[in-house]
Amino acid sequence: MFNWFSKNGKHKTEPERPTERRVVIDVQDVTKVYKMGEVEVHALRGVSLQIYEGEVVSIMGPSGSGKSTLMNILGCLDQPSSGIYRLDGVDVSVMPEQDLARIRNKKIGFVFQSFNLLKRTSALRQVELPLIYGGTSGRGKKARAALEAVGLGQRLDHLPSELSGGQQQRVAIARALVNEPAMILADEPTGNLDSRSGTEVMQIFQSLNREKGMTTVFVTHDPWIARHTQRVIMLRDGIIIADREVANPLIAGEVERPSEAEELEGLFRDAYYGGKKEEYN
Amino acid sequence: MNLFETIRIALNGLATNRLRAVLTTLGIIIGVGAVIALVSLGRGVENYISGQFEALGSNVLFVFSAPPATGSENGIQPITTVEAEDLANPTIAPSIQQIALEYQIGGTVIAGSKRTVIPISGVTPNFSEVRNWVTREGAFITQSDLDSSSRVAVLGTTIVDRLFGSKDLNPIGQQVRINGFVFNVIGVLEERASGFFGDENDVVFIPLTTAQTRLSKSRTRDGGYQVSVFHVQARSKEVMDSAVNEINAYLSTAHNIEFRGEEDFQIINQADLLTSLGRITGVLTAFLALIASISLLVGGIGIMNIMLVSVTERTREIGLRKAVGARGLDIMSQFLIESVVLSILGGLIGVALGWVGTLIGGVLAPDLELSVTLDAILLATIVSSAVGIIFGLYPAGRAARMRPIDALRFE
Ligand SMILES: Nc1ncnc2c1ncn2[C@@H]1O[C@H](COP(=O)(O)OP(=O)(O)OP(=O)(O)O)[C@@H](O)[C@H]1O
Ligand SMILES: [Mg+2]
Repeated sequence: MFNWFSKNGKHKTEPERPTERRVVIDVQDVTKVYKMGEVEVHALRGVSLQIYEGEVVSIMGPSGSGKSTLMNILGCLDQPSSGIYRLDGVDVSVMPEQDLARIRNKKIGFVFQSFNLLKRTSALRQVELPLIYGGTSGRGKKARAALEAVGLGQRLDHLPSELSGGQQQRVAIARALVNEPAMILADEPTGNLDSRSGTEVMQIFQSLNREKGMTTVFVTHDPWIARHTQRVIMLRDGIIIADREVANPLIAGEVERPSEAEELEGLFRDAYYGGKKEEYN
Repeated sequence: MNLFETIRIALNGLATNRLRAVLTTLGIIIGVGAVIALVSLGRGVENYISGQFEALGSNVLFVFSAPPATGSENGIQPITTVEAEDLANPTIAPSIQQIALEYQIGGTVIAGSKRTVIPISGVTPNFSEVRNWVTREGAFITQSDLDSSSRVAVLGTTIVDRLFGSKDLNPIGQQVRINGFVFNVIGVLEERASGFFGDENDVVFIPLTTAQTRLSKSRTRDGGYQVSVFHVQARSKEVMDSAVNEINAYLSTAHNIEFRGEEDFQIINQADLLTSLGRITGVLTAFLALIASISLLVGGIGIMNIMLVSVTERTREIGLRKAVGARGLDIMSQFLIESVVLSILGGLIGVALGWVGTLIGGVLAPDLELSVTLDAILLATIVSSAVGIIFGLYPAGRAARMRPIDALRFE
């Protein structure tokens, strides 16, 4: 399945990369324990990883392996039970909530699987939100530019209920990137989308990376989506079991995804064509 | 994040649920409206009553016999005409201008086939001056009526109405029987608007001496006649207190009073009445305000309730706002402004409502001269915004304290 990993990494979990690249995310032995009454759930059991500026990384793993938990910590929405998380060189693992809010505002663009748009709020207002809380001036212009960048220049005044799922997610992406964050974190951004909208979203992420060098981290269950990123981190039961570079990352939209019919091909026994009705009995 | 943006977000939040916003403010609307209307009603009643007392004449004292506060076993010595004459003497009581005397007896008045039972007041001629009684027709009791103990009567309009069938009738020259004696009607009093003291036109005045000698035997030990009330007119408002002291000193000697509390008479100063009545009406107003405040409290709880619902409902919105950089303070002010806007809005509508209520009350009770005062409006506004802050604080604090990840995951 993962035959598209490169085989030239020195260590299994520490791929080689140019040394001059800056570390954006530096996670050291992070754990997360949820206390559910008597029961303790160890969602992360000691995760260490570095993500460099300009990387596009996908995080994969079975359901319940701790992907979302890790992403929430990376996005400063949650804090680790132990371990250190340095974001852009700043230790945020023990920061007070007030400062975290500022970091979320300035440095992180978070994209959710369920879009998380405000009800009854126009696309433009949605995208202005981080600018409002950041006290940024020239909001309208910046928000419009961000929406144009995701191809929604014609949908500024649309409400979420007037947009397709893919368009809603693009509004969410515009909202994530409007403050020019250090990185974009996306937890299953294509999870609720059909493959065409998913490809569009991937195109946006890739071009953001190509043109602005945007560091991007994804969670995905879809190997096809993961093939569009440069590096894949595999989680299982709260630990990293693999961290590899993708040999030849796909460019979204360039290679047609194998159609469902093609993917389904070979799934069936030989089809039965013609013949008589009685033969089914 | 500036205040303007916060207000805009808060208003948008309210605008998405207009009906609920209006229903939420209903409690405040009613509360503030009730405060405004009831307080102005209370004030109106207070002013009305004190106005009525001032109409009594601000320099008039009343002296009458009353059982001693100590409950002494000695019989009550009545106040008498002799004492009144002494008190009218400036060397004994320099603060007193004049004294009108009144002696009341129970009476049955008959005219033709009609009869009425009513206290009959024997009065001195100066009674009309001291108590502001003016005749509509005929004349008041004169000194010669008094000297001759003549059987003449001056009637209030209510009595005229009861005895002769209409209060507008002129009964002068007609005869009435009072306790069996025939009296000539010589005057009808100007009608007085009925007020706090009830119907004041329900009176029959006859000469004091007639009441004392013909209708009853009220001689006293000092050689005078018994009197029910001295209507004492002081020389001015300023000497009221010394007039009280002079009367007190004189009557205490005359009645052999040795200790305070043994006095078998009472002196009522209008100012005393006013203060004790003011206390009663003040309590009334405070009570009305209390009832109204309770509805304000209920309104506040209503706001808190809806704000809590709103916070819970919008948990994911709160999470999202925090995820894109809203601080606790931003969320706090957003919800606090919502609740303050709600309550101030309710307060303003309530003021308008209370105003309308006051106007309607003014039409229904024109005597009360109701008006909404600025301080009531200010109070209502301040109180309602305070209600908004106080009852919004808890829900807003709850929203502000949510952890972003918990809020985002909330279903
Ligand atoms: N708030 C929480 N309270 C208790 N346990 C939690 C909480 N959030 C996650 N967990 C547990 O932590 C583990 C990891 O959850 P997480 O959401 O990170 O998985 P995931 O890899 O994102 O799964 P999926 O692919 O289904 O989204 C799971 O066992 C989950 O039950
Ligand atoms: Mg997940």
